Amino acid sequence: MPNKTFFWFFLPTGLAMILFIGLPIISTGIQSFYAQHDQVVKEVKKCDPFGCTVSIVVDQEKTSKIREEKPLGKFNGFGTYVDRNHLAIEEIGKFWNETNSFGEFVDQVTNLPFYKALIFTLTYCLFVTPNVLLLGFIIALSLNAVTRRIRGPLIFGTILPMIVTPLVGSLVLFWMIDAEGIIGANLQMLMDDPYLSLKSSKTLTWITIIIYGIWHHSPFAFVVFYAALQTVPQEPVEAAIIDGASRWQRVRHIVLPHIYPVVTFVALISLMDNFRVFEPIIGFSAEGSAQSLSWLIYDNLVNEEVILFGSAAATSMMTIVGIAILLAPVLIRTWKEFRTAR
Amino acid sequence: MEYGLDKRSNALKIFNTTFIIVWLLVACFPFIWTFWGSFKVRADFFSRADWWYAITAFNTLLETGGKFTTDAYSQAWTEGEFWKASRNTVIVTFFVVTISLFLGTLGAYALSRSTRNYAFWILIAALIFRAMPHITLVSGYLFPFFQLQIWGILPTTIVVLVAINQPFTLWLLYSFFKTVPKELDESALIDGCSYFQAFRHIIMPVMWPGVITAGLFSLMLAYNDFTVTALLLNQENHTMVPKIQSYLGTNQHEGNLMWAVSAVVSATAPLFMLVMFFQRQVISGLTAGAVKG
Repeated sequence: MPNKTFFWFFLPTGLAMILFIGLPIISTGIQSFYAQHDQVVKEVKKCDPFGCTVSIVVDQEKTSKIREEKPLGKFNGFGTYVDRNHLAIEEIGKFWNETNSFGEFVDQVTNLPFYKALIFTLTYCLFVTPNVLLLGFIIALSLNAVTRRIRGPLIFGTILPMIVTPLVGSLVLFWMIDAEGIIGANLQMLMDDPYLSLKSSKTLTWITIIIYGIWHHSPFAFVVFYAALQTVPQEPVEAAIIDGASRWQRVRHIVLPHIYPVVTFVALISLMDNFRVFEPIIGFSAEGSAQSLSWLIYDNLVNEEVILFGSAAATSMMTIVGIAILLAPVLIRTWKEFRTAR
Repeated sequence: MEYGLDKRSNALKIFNTTFIIVWLLVACFPFIWTFWGSFKVRADFFSRADWWYAITAFNTLLETGGKFTTDAYSQAWTEGEFWKASRNTVIVTFFVVTISLFLGTLGAYALSRSTRNYAFWILIAALIFRAMPHITLVSGYLFPFFQLQIWGILPTTIVVLVAINQPFTLWLLYSFFKTVPKELDESALIDGCSYFQAFRHIIMPVMWPGVITAGLFSLMLAYNDFTVTALLLNQENHTMVPKIQSYLGTNQHEGNLMWAVSAVVSATAPLFMLVMFFQRQVISGLTAGAVKG
């Protein structure tokens, strides 16, 4: 296709992506270097018969004026990146000097908001992604062994957790697991602990959200693996059966190598999706004990008094760096393949 | 895959059947339970005293005189203004799907027929864009949108959702267009068609399965979106998903949690029916990128 024709065909979608994905990333980058204005204060002298007192109050008029003039805020350089709510360089240095043991130091650091969120996000990715692959593969193998006639409805039932939006999916589970729901109430009875509830324990909350993640993402892995299983050639499988290979050996040495490229694809996609975990935290009302990077940004953006653009943008930029690190191996591999293909 | 040679032991068959039944229960029961509970009053579905009430409908019987009640639905749809939210969802979904498909088919067709390097790089860039967490994009939108005074209205959200949706649509349609033989449009070009005419009259008619699949995914994205709609729309224009969240916020009010339950059921039911109807397309879409490419 000639360049000119390509240009006109691609222009609308390209423009949409540049304007609403490319530019916002740049805009986020710029915003991250600014911070909201401090409130302008003035001294007010108040005199009564007993003498004069000077008090400091916020000058509302001047504050709103300066906010109107420079809505982006004041230039802050990398200030937002290193402040207490983000990388907290200063605080970490302080903790390093003040704490006695390494355990205590780690404890202090992981209580800082950014590191807390980072650790939750990574833990979530680390536990959900492999389990999604495993469960999805097992379901695909199982369903593949079922008579063809009843597979349709079974597949429909299997993909339900995936097609609902994460907020709805987590709410539906939350209403069952909560202390007043069917599973929560029975657990209380079983454990004989009337105060056992999701909100009371951080570990329980984390486990619940991770289980939710596996429940929500496994159907996607299932669908892809199931389709890939349909393309496994019959002859080697039959040859292996004649040679006396066990079922496990067949899966290990014929099926798995055949669908290996698909496994990496699913792993990549679910890693990308898990890294942005956010809605389940709202659905499970777990803000107290589990915060993710995306949730931190959301929290800044829905701030009541003044939207913390700078803070949200700084966290966003660091999230994007995280995504880049996740994607780097794939991009490098694609680049190498592309070069050898030429 | 039924292997003629392959004899399954009974133990394995039983294990397999049990596993599938357990999994289906895990996957579907939460939805069935919520559907059942949405016809009860709050004291039954969220019972402090005894969860068994949800089945016997003890309080529902006391409060409404019947075992099932549709109070939660009628209140959420009228008082809770869920009708407005669903109307907004219909508007947003319709326009996002139409515009996405229009832009996506044009772009993906060009990508699939170009042999140059930049087509490859555009696809890679689209993959990177696909990986961006939506909330990071939203943090980039808010400030400029406030300044331009286009925040809070439906058209802005529609355009944003179309753009966010493009990378995935492009990849999906690209892999579908690749399966349409090049000779088809080349012969049309030789006969004197322009590229656009070949695209419009020769290629599009054989592309319907791909277009339906891509349309379904755009629909699911627009219908299910929370991050963008919650932050870019004002209260008045909220779609269904942020509306459900707003019912949760005012938890103290007795009725509202049941509003959320009935709203969840109302929002999920059409989606399930759609997927039941188009199951084949959904599955072919999910696997198109993975298996063929």
